[in-house]
Amino acid sequence: MLKMNSVSKIYRTDMVQTSALREFSLEIEEGEFVAVTGPSGSGKTTFLNIAGLLETFDSGSYELDGQDVSRLGDDARSRIRNGKIGFIFQGFNLIPDLNVFDNVDVPLRYRGMGKAQREQCIRESLELVGLAARMKHLPAQLSGGQQQRVAIARALAGGPRFLLADEPTGNLDSVMARQVLELLEQINSLGTTIVMVTHDMELARRAHRNVHMLDGQVTDFTEFDAALRLHQERVALAGA
Amino acid sequence: MFAYHLRLALRSLGRTPGLSALMVVAIGLGIGVCMTMLSVYALMAGDPIPHKSDRLYAVQLDNWDPNQPFNEPNEPPNQLTWRDAQALAERSPAGIARAAMSGVGVVFEVPDAPEVRPEIVTGRATTGDFFAMFDVPFRYGGGWDKLADADAAQVVVLSRELNDGLFGGENSVGRSVRVGDTYLRVVGVVDDWDPTPRFYDLSSGAFSPVDDAFVPLSLFDRHREDWGINGSVNCFEPPPAEGIFESECVFTQFWVELPDETSVRDYHAFLDAYVQEQKQLGRFQRPLNNRLSDVNEWLDINEVVQDDNTVLLGLSFMFLAVCLLNTVGLLLAKFLGRAGDVGVRRALGASRAVVFQQHLIEVGVLGAIGGVVGLGLAWAGLAGVRSLYADYERVAQLNLELVAVAIGLAILAGVIAGLYPAWRICRIAPAVYLKTQ
Repeated sequence: MLKMNSVSKIYRTDMVQTSALREFSLEIEEGEFVAVTGPSGSGKTTFLNIAGLLETFDSGSYELDGQDVSRLGDDARSRIRNGKIGFIFQGFNLIPDLNVFDNVDVPLRYRGMGKAQREQCIRESLELVGLAARMKHLPAQLSGGQQQRVAIARALAGGPRFLLADEPTGNLDSVMARQVLELLEQINSLGTTIVMVTHDMELARRAHRNVHMLDGQVTDFTEFDAALRLHQERVALAGA
Repeated sequence: MFAYHLRLALRSLGRTPGLSALMVVAIGLGIGVCMTMLSVYALMAGDPIPHKSDRLYAVQLDNWDPNQPFNEPNEPPNQLTWRDAQALAERSPAGIARAAMSGVGVVFEVPDAPEVRPEIVTGRATTGDFFAMFDVPFRYGGGWDKLADADAAQVVVLSRELNDGLFGGENSVGRSVRVGDTYLRVVGVVDDWDPTPRFYDLSSGAFSPVDDAFVPLSLFDRHREDWGINGSVNCFEPPPAEGIFESECVFTQFWVELPDETSVRDYHAFLDAYVQEQKQLGRFQRPLNNRLSDVNEWLDINEVVQDDNTVLLGLSFMFLAVCLLNTVGLLLAKFLGRAGDVGVRRALGASRAVVFQQHLIEVGVLGAIGGVVGLGLAWAGLAGVRSLYADYERVAQLNLELVAVAIGLAILAGVIAGLYPAWRICRIAPAVYLKTQ
């Protein structure tokens, strides 16, 4: 699904150069739920931005869904983001003057879908996150947990195969954080590959695999047996 | 996608009403000043008879003072003497349409309707070809023929306004008006006709209204002692005892219609021959200096559009440029202020081109609203021009074409002002704003 090989990213200013990723290599299989952990400045968000085609990199190669995306132009990258990737952010990043319905509508608009089809997608994804009754609410009228669920609905509306979450529970209290995590697990169980950046080791332990980063490199892979076993069982059930 | 972006644009303008209002006012001011000057300039500089302006020629003959030209460096008078105009009307080669004319001032009464108030009429004595040459449209009836010219027929063509005043707008063909003791039979009523500038006679103001009535030149000749000349009269020496009509004073206009270069050349030769003949009689003591000028050359020679107007037009566009520069700054502040939203849209699949398009549509909407405000200001500006300068009464007007130009110019101005801010916002690195939002 995702294959990065020796990817390097250097941020340059007039005065300094900072290596955010150094010879970074990682493979993620379809249907996995991977947690990326590490201290601040370890390169987690840079990895996520490159994975989501929001940033380019200086060297190495990156294949997404079997396609080399290293040298794609802006239009092609935008199409892939729109069609295959969903984003969830720590700060929710809902557009404040659009209501819930219109926020979820944003990625569908860029896909050029017809009105009826868009409405169906929006309704289904809002039902999935339990907010179908709040379509006309503005983000400011919702709690933090509800806003994050709207953001998840927006990420899911276009049916992406790959969900990138950057500290999705970072701004939520423990109860809401648990609800959001359960929602992500539910989404993963339906077949969507999830990569979640987090500082919270408790959350990370609920993923199938933990990729620990330090100084722009992967330092440790940990497979969480219970979670992996659960995942394998779900895949087997789905296959049956 | 256009409708979606339009909706986003309206929503965005509503989200920052103060900033939006500032930009609308900046664009509106620039457009208002520009349109005020442009509407005056456009009507001044417009071709009043575009489909045949290259075939209609004003005639100039240099009968002026042998010691000094009419205008420096060597310009002949811009009108003819009465007798030269009469002679050219009679002797011009057959087949060439010609119109000799002079302004005339009379009072019209309606003999069979004494309750109708007499009207002071600014009229035009001319020859029958005038109507066909200048494409005068008729509401009722028509002009008169060469026989009427030859016989000094007592006929008249009324303007629509005068017909409204004297006959209540009815078809008055066949009815009579009286000038003193002379009865004139109405043979035609002109429909809406308003060539601007009034090219065929610039001597009494390029932007004067068209004449109220038209009578045969030969009829005016017969009544020349009773009816007054209406227009400017220029003399380089006192008129003789026989009167102004036999003098070297110029107050008559003469036009011919010449279809091609050969006919222009031939007619020039005819004019030269006429002047040579007059020289034999002791007139035309200046060197041969006859001119034929088509309509646009004629407007240039008479400086209908003065340099001041051109300079003012240029200054108004510079003012618009300053307004747009201010708008660029405001747009930058507005667009970069919502870089976070753009980052989100980019993450969700909007390409740079789509983001660019979205913002250009927003500035287009801003420009259109600015255009409407500018039209209001232009309307007020033109009202001011009209109140200050009576001569500009007819030129300082907005018409549908200028309204369309104003809106188009405003949208274009808005888009030009928005190009750089839209380019900047579509080039932002979305990742930066996603993390920090």
